[in-house]
Amino acid sequence: MTSEVFDVYIAVLIAAIFGIALVAGALIGNLVLSPRQKSEHKGVTYECGMLPIGRSRAQVHFRYYLFAILFLIFDIEAVFLFPWAVSFVELGEQAFYEMVVFIGILAFGLLYAWKKGVLKWR
Amino acid sequence: MTFLLADNVWLDALLRMAIVGMLVPVGVILLTWVERKVIGRLQQRLGPMRVGPYGLLQGVADTIKLLTKEDVRPDSADRPTFELAVFVIVVPVFMAAVAVPFTSDIFVRNMALGLFYFLAVSSLGIVGFVMAGWGSDNKYALLGGVRAGAQLISYEIPLILSAVAIAMLGQSLSLYTLVELQDDTPFIAYQPLAFVIFVIAGLAELYRQPFDIPVAESEVVGGPAVEYSGIRWSMFQMGEFVSLVLISALASLIFLGGWIWPFSADNATWLQVVLMAVKTSAFILFFMWMRATVPRLRIDQLMALCWQILLPFTFLQIIINGLVLVYEWPDWTLTILSGAAAIAMGTLIYRVARRSGVLYQTSGATQRVGSVL
Repeated sequence: MTSEVFDVYIAVLIAAIFGIALVAGALIGNLVLSPRQKSEHKGVTYECGMLPIGRSRAQVHFRYYLFAILFLIFDIEAVFLFPWAVSFVELGEQAFYEMVVFIGILAFGLLYAWKKGVLKWR
Repeated sequence: MTFLLADNVWLDALLRMAIVGMLVPVGVILLTWVERKVIGRLQQRLGPMRVGPYGLLQGVADTIKLLTKEDVRPDSADRPTFELAVFVIVVPVFMAAVAVPFTSDIFVRNMALGLFYFLAVSSLGIVGFVMAGWGSDNKYALLGGVRAGAQLISYEIPLILSAVAIAMLGQSLSLYTLVELQDDTPFIAYQPLAFVIFVIAGLAELYRQPFDIPVAESEVVGGPAVEYSGIRWSMFQMGEFVSLVLISALASLIFLGGWIWPFSADNATWLQVVLMAVKTSAFILFFMWMRATVPRLRIDQLMALCWQILLPFTFLQIIINGLVLVYEWPDWTLTILSGAAAIAMGTLIYRVARRSGVLYQTSGATQRVGSVL
């Protein structure tokens, strides 16, 4: 069993190496084949033809952060739901209602966020 | 595992990945041609016609052009982030391809946690978009990158939870087992609501129209990819097309019965390949059709659709599944409950979309202007 699990993730490792090799190969191919010419304005950031003012380290609105927090909550919930989903029929009624309570609490959290106006994109 | 291409597991994995690695560029070149042709025909144009018969070699010509193009990087860009972003976008796509079986024989690895692994790995690409947006030192790219982050993480949740609904029905996370359970009836018949949510969320995960807010040309001129040129840009394209194929393949595996339905479990290999190819291309063509038909959503509409409509309905689907499976109600109750919920969701989306416009007084009548529908 252990070796079988290991065997599967060997393929994952090789897939990752393959992906890296493919991108690196394409970039090296580009390095060999492409022309290169230095020019004064080539390295200027593209901004529809205007010269950019300042750097782009602009501040990002707070609402992105709130959505990220909400995402974190529900993503962790999903991680808990997967093992439950494949075993709740064997565990029976009790396991189902426990999960209903869990989902209920999180749904209440979503409702609270909704009421507070977090979900409104202003 | 049915057979090994080589005795050694390392060599076997290497050979299988080599086949995938060869198919991917060819597939991507072909798919770009298909997409341009399909969109062209839908807009009553011919699409590419010049290079090769019916423009078939257009993709090859584009690849050569991109490969021989100068690699321009802004002077002020953050070099490591800028260069690594391409890898972070492409590598997870290859890793996700490991878990997706194409027929009962043709797969890289048959994972016991295939569904979970696929969803986990395919969401890694989000980091790449944020990195590309931040590393480019471009205001449009930054905006696009942050939007990509917000959109992709939001739609991740309905996508994952509709997959949870399928896992509940099949009591398994192995894609192989889930397909084998669908020899009579595909899961779409029991889970119409989960199917609709999965397709909408999948479309948003692929950031294709109508969900192309992160890369919208008319808003953020290409989003995170704006500073990438030549072969680097084509890596973005490759990531997008391979995930298009993978999401389509996943949808046909878990909802349409993969290589089995509508025939029996011991189909001949050629029949399995044909079945999967037909189902996967149907999804791909549907995604392309959407691109040519539906106008782009606004970002507030996008977020509202995800958090206020799709997410509560996914919870509803999970509760319905739980009730029916725990109390062992007959299968058709699942169809009816889920179907009714799907119709309710469709009606709700329709009504909200109708309401989104502004009332506008013309001579005599009041008209609604600017609604999504």
